[in-house]
Amino acid sequence: MSSWDDDDESASAATTDVELLKRAWRNEKAAPEVLRFDKDLVDRVREQIQLLVRHFSCPIFFFFRCSCGGSLTVRDVVVRQEETLDDFTDSGVDDLVVSLYQMDLDRTLFLLRSYLRLRLQKIEKYTMHISRSQDLKDRLSEQEQKFAKSCGEIMEKHLKQSVLSKLPYGYGDEFVTKQSLSSTEDDMIFIFLPVPEPQLDTFVFCKTKSDVGAFQLDDM
Amino acid sequence: MAGQSDPHLSLFSPSEVEFVAEDEVVEIVPNIRMDALNMICGDFGPFFPQIPSKVPLWLAVALKKRGKCTIRTPDWMTVDRLTQVLEAERESPREFQPLPFHYIEISKLLFDHAREDISDAYLVRSLIEDIRDVRFHKVETGLETISGRTHAVKLKNLSAMEVNIVRPFMVRTLQAFYKHDSPEMIQQGDNTGSRPTQVADRGPREKVDVKSHSTSFSFLQRDLRRR
Repeated sequence: MSSWDDDDESASAATTDVELLKRAWRNEKAAPEVLRFDKDLVDRVREQIQLLVRHFSCPIFFFFRCSCGGSLTVRDVVVRQEETLDDFTDSGVDDLVVSLYQMDLDRTLFLLRSYLRLRLQKIEKYTMHISRSQDLKDRLSEQEQKFAKSCGEIMEKHLKQSVLSKLPYGYGDEFVTKQSLSSTEDDMIFIFLPVPEPQLDTFVFCKTKSDVGAFQLDDM
Repeated sequence: MAGQSDPHLSLFSPSEVEFVAEDEVVEIVPNIRMDALNMICGDFGPFFPQIPSKVPLWLAVALKKRGKCTIRTPDWMTVDRLTQVLEAERESPREFQPLPFHYIEISKLLFDHAREDISDAYLVRSLIEDIRDVRFHKVETGLETISGRTHAVKLKNLSAMEVNIVRPFMVRTLQAFYKHDSPEMIQQGDNTGSRPTQVADRGPREKVDVKSHSTSFSFLQRDLRRR
């Protein structure tokens, strides 16, 4: 067991996409803000899942092709997997080998789903904050940007319906139009709500990958 | 430990830490013939009876459950090595001995699924538990030394599970210290306004010596948005 080594280090040496995805997942978990979406990596992992699944049978492959654009629907994947497992067993391949591949598939799917979900959670939480910065927006994948946009719209609609429309004349509609004229619509909501922002000025645990010698904290 | 039971506060759940540990490589001795497995997470095998082979822990456990292999106990999980480690842990109250980053999870999985493959399993188990207790006691006493002046804590050789347990508590403690120590807070208490703004006095800059090659944790203040 070579685990005297740090696992981050083995990850940088290893080239498997699962290792890279695991690192991305771990970073995403530990970071307060949304990190850059690694589209290439996620695409590669999806491709490998497809490839493995294609060994199982056609329906699931078809499913993955369709869903390539969006995030995975957990229930669908689970249902399809069970189907394919049966198909595979029928074709006379060793039961044990099938179950081992199934475990491998499950582990990879878990990582991928957890990674995507984590990001969605963050996007939902910091929708407004993200929508204000182009840099942050660029970190999202195409689908995530859509998600962020619809999240923002739903929130805005909700606030308008539940608060702005109930305010007396002069505060509600008029205020909205005045604000809309002078600035973007987003700003209007910011006036009412403190925008949740990720806390970037905080304490973190970090683990050195190699010997860094004497270390001056000021340089951080 | 504070925050441990709250899933929203700890970054990784214990089962997630275990999930990561399951990718550690162990050596197995298969008793069946099996073709190479070309998996998403890597290629393993082919397997021949009695020929040792290296596989991730989850695969080893899966094969073991079906009675298809024996798992070789890792070098560090022997009575001799663990006795040494335990003695050294007891002798140095401030330092942690180097152990595999996932020693807690690995030993637990092996005890749960491959107990009969470990020689002196009972003794090994109690040794590991003792080591865990001694180390965790050190972590807890270490927490007592944290104050508002703390900017970095060096925890060399801390393991994954240990760091995961203290992380939520430590981070929130330091955040609280930092918040109440900040000049704005001090000024708020001092309403006269006659005193000049206190410059953030963060005490003497400590030099942190991060020597350990791999598993060394430092606890740094992340100053992304420079004030």
